[in-house]
Amino acid sequence: MPRLSGPIPFRARGFAPRDVPAAGVATLVALLALWQLAASLGWISTIFLSTPAGIAGAIRDLALSGELWMHLGASLQRLAIGWLAGTVAGLVVGFAIGLFTLARSPGMAVVSAFFPIPKIALVPLFIIWFGIGEGSKIATLAFGVFFPTVINTMAGVDGVPRGLIRMGQSFGLPWRSIVRKIVLPGALPAILSGFRITTSIAIVLLVAAEMIGAEKGIGAFVLSAGNLYDVDNLMAGIVVLSAIGLAASWLIGRIERALLGWR
Amino acid sequence: MTASSIRLEARGIRHAYRGLSVLEGIDLSVPPGEVLVLVGPSGCGKSTLLGILGGMLAPDGGSVRLDGEVAPDCLNPLTYVFQDFALLPWRTVAGNISLALEDTALPPAARRARVAEMLELTGLSRFADAWPKQLSGGMRQRVGIARALAVRPAVLLMDEPLSALDAQTRGLLQDELAAIIARSGVTVAYVTHNLAEAALLGQQIVVLSRRPGRVREILRIDRPIAGRTATDPDLLAVETRLWDLIRADAAEADRELERA
Repeated sequence: MPRLSGPIPFRARGFAPRDVPAAGVATLVALLALWQLAASLGWISTIFLSTPAGIAGAIRDLALSGELWMHLGASLQRLAIGWLAGTVAGLVVGFAIGLFTLARSPGMAVVSAFFPIPKIALVPLFIIWFGIGEGSKIATLAFGVFFPTVINTMAGVDGVPRGLIRMGQSFGLPWRSIVRKIVLPGALPAILSGFRITTSIAIVLLVAAEMIGAEKGIGAFVLSAGNLYDVDNLMAGIVVLSAIGLAASWLIGRIERALLGWR
Repeated sequence: MTASSIRLEARGIRHAYRGLSVLEGIDLSVPPGEVLVLVGPSGCGKSTLLGILGGMLAPDGGSVRLDGEVAPDCLNPLTYVFQDFALLPWRTVAGNISLALEDTALPPAARRARVAEMLELTGLSRFADAWPKQLSGGMRQRVGIARALAVRPAVLLMDEPLSALDAQTRGLLQDELAAIIARSGVTVAYVTHNLAEAALLGQQIVVLSRRPGRVREILRIDRPIAGRTATDPDLLAVETRLWDLIRADAAEADRELERA
């Protein structure tokens, strides 16, 4: 029989990645520095790719001239109205599908049929329906936001443990109270994660809609800069769009922390 | 707390799931203030019967009635304590207890006082602002019991309330539960698969046969539940008797599960 003697080695290492925020920031700074260095040394042609310093300078100039605020204001207004309209409608329909038998099958049929349509393809149709002005752009955003909101809301309502609803019923809670005190808070995590997805979708559709027949807006500005081969301004517009996305994500994170502290 | 004077009666209860008969011809009567315990092998329909008694499940046949006087401060004649606690994770301990009182005519000040009283009764006063996730299993179930008792129910239905707890917590909470039930004087229907628990808490122990569940035998323990101990020879004898009644059915139910 073989003999065994010695300490037991620790075998449960790894598979537990940690988040180190400083490492993330350092990586971005290093990438920017490398990018700037590569351009300064002539490894990258600034005709095709701007430098971090060039982009920062373009943003500064746009801010000082007021052009940035004009385009940003127009984009944020469209984003807010379109996202809100799509979200409110999506929440109403999502809750209806999640709560009522009468709405479930018809609602699911409509959502299943329309959800896969690439929403950008509908921009020309919306221009025909709502004109080249704000209506078509807001409709594009709202339509794109509506379906994912419906699906997330419905999934959130479906995911509320039935045991909690039965508990509410056993305590004689009226229907409205069950929805307000049990279903809505129970569905909130899914709804808020849906908001993260819909803000990204809204930004993509915003740019697409603004590239078709808009004079103001970051999308229109990026297209115009591209037509002029103005790479600094083009990339400045992209950075601003990225900043809008980051700001929206930060705001949703704050809302999640405020409303979902119990998790 | 005002004593309940409600009798809970079930007559000719039968129920089937997708054609599979689960309960047949169940007759029960729980006199005011008495603790009825339902025991039986796995799958005999104990929880289904409790659901029917509580109006959470419509039986295929038979009827359930409440008869008697309801105390003036009773806000809901019939409440539940759930096996999985059924606490709202987004509400604090006090918020969960308050839930049962919020849609009643109780004014806010009286509601707060009632919540404080229930926290005191269940030893949770220091945890009023804690989230459910911060509590142990035993404490969570105390919240469930406090919530159920907050409305001063006439009848309390308890579906394996201690089965999700470890043995030590279960033992401690059994004693607390016995004291709380005795003090409140509420009529109780209690489901458990733990025979020692049945002997410790039951005044009327209904033994159900394996599926379809029928009343096989009813044992009575004519002693108040307050002061009972798990080591009492009479209660140990009841436990043995219960096991004798259930053993063959439990083994057969187990074999059925294996075959399925």
